[in-house]
This record gives sequence, C-alpha cells and structure tokens, in this order.
Amino acid sequence: MVSEALKRLWHKLGSPRWFFALTTPWVTGLGCAALILLLWGTVWGLAFAPADYQQGNSFRIMYVHVPAAMLAQSLYIGMGVAGFVGLVWRMKLADVAISASLPLGMLVTALALFSGSVWGAPTWGSWWEWDGRTVSTLVLFFLYVGIFALREAILDSTLRARASALIAMVGTINIPIIKYSVEWWNTLHQPASFSLTEKPAMPSEMWLPLLVMALGFYCFAAFVVLLRMRAEILQREMHARWVMQWITERRVA
Amino acid sequence: MITSALRRELRILVRAKGSVINPLAFLLLSTMLFVIAAPALVDEASNRPSTLAAGILWTLVLLTQLLALDSMYRRDFDSGVLEQTLLNAQVPFVAVLIRILMQWLSTGFIIALCSPLLGIALGIAPKALLITLFSMLLGTPALSLLGSIGASVTVGFNRGGIILALLVLPLFLPTLIFGADMINAAQLGGSIMPQVYALGLISLISLAIAPFATLAGLRISLEMQ
Repeated sequence: MVSEALKRLWHKLGSPRWFFALTTPWVTGLGCAALILLLWGTVWGLAFAPADYQQGNSFRIMYVHVPAAMLAQSLYIGMGVAGFVGLVWRMKLADVAISASLPLGMLVTALALFSGSVWGAPTWGSWWEWDGRTVSTLVLFFLYVGIFALREAILDSTLRARASALIAMVGTINIPIIKYSVEWWNTLHQPASFSLTEKPAMPSEMWLPLLVMALGFYCFAAFVVLLRMRAEILQREMHARWVMQWITERRVA
Repeated sequence: MITSALRRELRILVRAKGSVINPLAFLLLSTMLFVIAAPALVDEASNRPSTLAAGILWTLVLLTQLLALDSMYRRDFDSGVLEQTLLNAQVPFVAVLIRILMQWLSTGFIIALCSPLLGIALGIAPKALLITLFSMLLGTPALSLLGSIGASVTVGFNRGGIILALLVLPLFLPTLIFGADMINAAQLGGSIMPQVYALGLISLISLAIAPFATLAGLRISLEMQ
C-alpha cells in the first residue's frame, strides 16, 4: 500500500510539470518559515543568550557559522544524491536540483569560511589557522568550484547534466575520506592549543537558539533551491503548453 | 580479449617512450628547481630529519601525475580507437582497467622506483628511503585511478587541463597526507602501519569506484564529439 504510493510518487517526480504544480503552495510557506526562524534565532542568539564565560560575546558568531558549515556539507551531499538519481533513472529534475543548489552551496561554504575566520580572530588570535576542519571546508569549496567549472565548460545540456552528476557523486564518496585524512593530518602536526572541545558542554540557553538558526538556514536553503528549481523548469519547458497556460493564468490574476 | 588488449597496451608503452620519459624528466627537473631555489632545505636535513622534504616530494609527484593524466585518453579518443574499444569490448570495464594499469605502470610505478633517488636529492633521511619507495608504490595507484575519472570527463575539451586539475587535486589530498606522513614517520622512527593501512584503503576504494566512473565519463565525452 505504502510502497505503491511511493512508487507512484517516484514516477510522478519524473515530470517537471507535476513537480512545479506540487511545489507552488510550498514556496510561501518555506519563505515565511525561514524568515520567522531566522529572525527569532538571531534576536534570541544575539540579545538573550548568555555570554560565554571564556569567549564573552564573540561566541555569538557561532549562530551563523555552525548552521552555514552544516548547510555547506548537506548541500554537497544533496547534489551527490541528486547526481545518483539523475544517472540511474535519467530524471530531468535531478539536474535541475544540482544546478539550483550549486551556487547556493558555494556561497554558504564561503560564508562558513569567512565567519569562521572572523570568529578565529578574537578566539584563536589569528584570522586563519590550518586547522583540520577549516581545511576540509576549504576543500569542500574547491569541490564546488570543480563542478562549477565543469558545468561552464560543457555546452550541451544533457551531457552537462550527466558529467556534473558523475563528478558530484564521486566527490560525495570522497568527502568522508578527505575529512578523516585532514583531521588526522591536523592532530599530528598541530597540537590543539585552542581547542573548543575542552570547554564544558553548552547550556540549553545557548544551543536552543542555535537549533532555531539551523532550522532557519535549512528552510532558507529549501526556499532558495525551490525558487531556483522552479525558475529553471520554466526556462527549460519554455515552449510547453502548460507553461504558456500558467503564464496567461498569472497575467489574468 | 584481455590478453590482446594487454598486449596492445604494452606495445604502445614500449613504443611511445615519451609517455614514460616525459613525466619522469619533469619530476627530476622540478625537484632540481626546488633544491636550487631552497638550498637550506638540504643543508638542514643533514643535521636532523627534514619533514619538509617528504611533503615537497609528494606534492611534486602529484603535479607530475596531473600533467601526465591530461594525455591519458587523448590519443585513443582523437583517433577513434576509444570508441571502437568501448563498442566492441565484451567487458568495457576491463578495457578501462587495463588502460589505468598501463598509465600507472608508465608513471606511478616508474616514479616510485626513482623516488629514493629524489629522496636523497631533497634530503630525506637514508633510513627512510626504502619507505619512500614503499609509500609511492602504495599511494600512486590511487592517483592514477582517481585521475582517470577526471581525465575521462575532460578528454573532450580543447583545453581541459585546468578543469582536470580543479576536479582531481582535491581528491588527491588524502593520498598526499598519508604518503608524506608515512615517510616522516619512518624518518622519526615511529610506526608506519597506520599510514600503510590508510594508503592501502584509499587505493582500494579508488579501485572500486574508478573503472565504473571512468566508463561513464568516457561515454559522456564520446557523445560530446
């Protein structure tokens, strides 16, 4: 029963038109959720959360840094999964998802690096440390850049879709290997003189705003990716009748 | 089929000596440049083991491999042999694997054999020279395997070199880390077993992914023509 419904959903996902119609009511909801959560989390985190006993107020950049770093990885893994779906089932929507998440993923990774650097200045005493996690985020950024360059170089849209799907998949398989090897490299070569793990676990007044911010970041990402996917679908199906109909309906409204 | 493919590739390897000599010459030349640019590197190494040298050697090997990868499928792609091979081969997967093996024999394997010499030039401690050879033998297969994926996707481009570097260098990072670390552990007299396991694991995972991904990449590139 459930598997039948899932199978039907899976087949319907092959149709960009069906996806477009399905997601129309989601856009406003996700946008509002993102706005509310981000505002709520920002005010709570910046104004009401208690200051850290070691880092004072500078720890508050965590409320941007941690969700950005989480999202940076999630978006790349999402691209890898979309790539797998696109290669195996030749689903058009998969490439639409990759092309929609790629620029956002690059920006969020850059934001994670930048906010980490700003946080590092008062806490570690330097703007850049070759710390294990910093380096693995930097490598993640280069993985994004690689797919971006590849997409720029291929003109044919079907081949571009297959090539970037393949590379996103290979990158996703390698992410854990890169992460562990960089962490190994760091622990051997650089003693953790400024370890954040040594401070006691955060009290709930500190991590609850972080949770809200993380949810807000994910809602925002879903909102942006969805908007970009819908725009991309309209562009690709420009000459389809349903797009014409949709546009005239909107004009009348 | 396998034996005839192997024989063909071996014959090419023997006849096209450039594919063996050129990367090696590049590696020797760039090592010489490094020693001349930073003489202090070797001077300091004569007093105490230099952990810089292993990292430099592995980085140069990475870059040499990258340059060699660009031409990995180029000739067969341009002449149409590649298309015929993939069409006719009973198991295209094996044909790809043989090509990767030959690429490794002509670059990684030869580089590994010469690495103790380069190690002396860069000032790696004598007791670690054999381990240098061993780390190259364990690590360079991963470079050929992962590099083959990037080469297969970019072979259709006119100037794919820089994109190949962007795609492949991040994937080379784990090999570089454990390869250099294994030499350093040997220089400092520590156990090298963790690095041996890690390099072996990376090469085996690459072996599991690369033939399939390369095949998919070559099919994409052939349609691009």
